[in-house]
Amino acid sequence: MGVGIEVLNLNAWYGTNHTLQDINLNIPANHATALIGPSGCGKSTFVRCLNRMHETNPIARVTGVVRIGELDIYDDAKPVEIRRRVGMVFQRPNPFPTMSIYDNVAAGLKLNGYSNKRSLDEIVERSLKNSALWDEVKDDLKKKSGASLSGGQQQRLCIARALAVDPEVLLMDEPASALDPVSTSKIEDLIFQLKSQYTIVIVTHNMQQAARVAEKTGFFLNGRMVEFDSTHKIFTNPTDKRTEDYITGRFG
Amino acid sequence: MSGDAFKLRSRMRGYTDHAVTALSILATVLVVAPLVAIFAYLVFKGASSLNLAFFTQIPKPVGETGGGMANAILGSALLLGVASAIGIPIGIGGGIFLAEFGRGTRLANAIRFTADVLNGVPSIVMGVAVYALIVQPKISWLPFTGHFSGFSGGVALGIMMIPTVCRTTEEMLLMVPHAVREAALGLGVPNWRSVLSITVKTASPGIITGCMLAFARVAGETAPLIFTALGNQFWSANLNQPIAALPLQIYVYALSPYDDWHRLAWAGSLVLIVLIVLSVSLVRYVTSRGVLKGAS
Repeated sequence: MGVGIEVLNLNAWYGTNHTLQDINLNIPANHATALIGPSGCGKSTFVRCLNRMHETNPIARVTGVVRIGELDIYDDAKPVEIRRRVGMVFQRPNPFPTMSIYDNVAAGLKLNGYSNKRSLDEIVERSLKNSALWDEVKDDLKKKSGASLSGGQQQRLCIARALAVDPEVLLMDEPASALDPVSTSKIEDLIFQLKSQYTIVIVTHNMQQAARVAEKTGFFLNGRMVEFDSTHKIFTNPTDKRTEDYITGRFG
Repeated sequence: MSGDAFKLRSRMRGYTDHAVTALSILATVLVVAPLVAIFAYLVFKGASSLNLAFFTQIPKPVGETGGGMANAILGSALLLGVASAIGIPIGIGGGIFLAEFGRGTRLANAIRFTADVLNGVPSIVMGVAVYALIVQPKISWLPFTGHFSGFSGGVALGIMMIPTVCRTTEEMLLMVPHAVREAALGLGVPNWRSVLSITVKTASPGIITGCMLAFARVAGETAPLIFTALGNQFWSANLNQPIAALPLQIYVYALSPYDDWHRLAWAGSLVLIVLIVLSVSLVRYVTSRGVLKGAS
């Protein structure tokens, strides 16, 4: 089951560039939350702070509090443990090129030392079913490399790979931006199904996508969160003038 | 633009296209020609002296005809085995450090610079250096030292392999897309594990190529062996004793005044090249199958 996320006074830097400034918000459990905003507004940096991927860049720095469920991730835990609980899907599909479909899905478990073959088989099957890819690949699981799939299939493979480690939260950083409309709609259907089991945070440039999949939406601008509310409210009756300008296409 | 001018232009483009294609074919031929010429000349000079005895017998004393270089083939194999056991792990380890753990640090820059210098050190200097380090002095804790030995020859060749293996490993690792590393880190895989199981594995075809390059390069080295392995006219698989090696044997035979030995030197050169090509191809075949297996 998913857990809620609480963010208090989060600040992030790349070198001297203050990319996130005083972010405060509560992301509800078992819902999809969309983050929108123009390029460079900090929304990708924000999700990367939720699983401590931000700090893998040596010049990056973070202050503030992020609680995933009960866990204060910058205080109580190691980055690797957090990343097992908070899965991530990236902008471009990034399957491991030398691995088969099966090994890609099992990678998170195998590389963390899990090797019970029977239950691995089950987990791989369940993850691929959850990511709506099972029917397309079940005959070539160990024959085909992950890189031989189409872009949309690769992205669903990456979602399966993230699901296989059984996270509580799934971060998706523009998961459909490199995909065609058909693949995009498959990913959106998937988000719809997955949010009953996981807390989903999705960064998107596509406002219709945010409107379609998310209950809550946050609008980021210049490293600050301008507005965070129910998706319906953001898109029909935003409080802030800048949000209104953005969603009506007046800038960005 | 009128129709005629357009046709003229498109015809000119066609000519330019043909001209550039022809030039690049010519360049390719010029690159391959020396290799083909050398190989053809070796076959021409050496093939007639190749017989079963060449692969099964040791050299005959001066004056007796016949004999072979079986001991030198065995010696070369042993020397290259020792060299690879030293050069490949150290080289790959160094390359991993340069690309993954030490990137941008002063230590990594110093190591990279040292590797490049080492790559440029003439092989005869390497032989003399190893001679001064472990052949001449007896080092109490290190066996095989204090005299000429197959081991010291392997050390000399192994050190020569390090820079090539190290720098190709580094470059191949740097070519692995950042997205692949992020994917592994995003799954909660510790960095060291991600480096060893994902990045290195992704780069492994290139790393293997680097190892093969280094192997082929030192397989034909003579100079580093003169002061270390020394050569041996008899059967010996003892790394504690002077040992024969194909390049050394070729060197000695080619300088000799005897026609029979000259012929054997040609045959030895041919065998050396064929063995290098064979071993490189074998490794490629086995590892490519291994990678496919790993993917299945």
